Amino acid sequence: MIKVKCFGVAKEIVNTETLEMDVSIDSVEGLRKELHKNFPEFSSIKGFMVAVNQEYATDDQSLSSADEIAIIPPVSGG
Amino acid sequence: METTNIFISKDPLSIDTAYQSVLDVSCGGNCLFIGTVRNKNKGKTVTHLDFETYEEMAVKEMAKIAARCKEKFDVKKIAIHHRSGYVGLTDIAVIIAVASPHRTDAFEACKFAIDTLKETVPIWKKEHLEDGSYWVGARP
Repeated sequence: MIKVKCFGVAKEIVNTETLEMDVSIDSVEGLRKELHKNFPEFSSIKGFMVAVNQEYATDDQSLSSADEIAIIPPVSGG
Repeated sequence: METTNIFISKDPLSIDTAYQSVLDVSCGGNCLFIGTVRNKNKGKTVTHLDFETYEEMAVKEMAKIAARCKEKFDVKKIAIHHRSGYVGLTDIAVIIAVASPHRTDAFEACKFAIDTLKETVPIWKKEHLEDGSYWVGARP
């Protein structure tokens, strides 16, 4: 199981701050697919990045249950 | 001595705190960018903003911006302060303060820092209007 922190519009789409995903997800790309499958509304936003251990990750990065994973929708600070 | 001063605060930001934190005897050019909340966006009337932050990562990304400023420009000290939570009209959302020996690098580093912050730092702005609210920049 992995835990995924959700912020901003992503938190509203999944309706929780921390999403627990039970399936065997082993990469950022796999996480993206699973999110789109379970929450089709993700295709209505401009896209999102995934952060692993507080660093932006590429799609081929592997994931484990020990990682701190977060969905980063388009940022809008400042 | 610390040459970067970075934080996210639920409380109002102080221009003087940011300015004092970058003062340096070797620097004669100090540039401050102060981002405040305005009352209009795309023709709609804004009542206030709410900032959500991924605080630990946001602080790391802000520190990277400060480090890049020092690599790219002749900058001795930099402060990046950002608000979280409810921010009202004319309140300060962000302060960038940069100290350089000379003005050109101070201006350029300050612009680089705020432009990069808006692209990379995981902070989200919910704009509250008279007739609803939305996450800025989230949808096409």
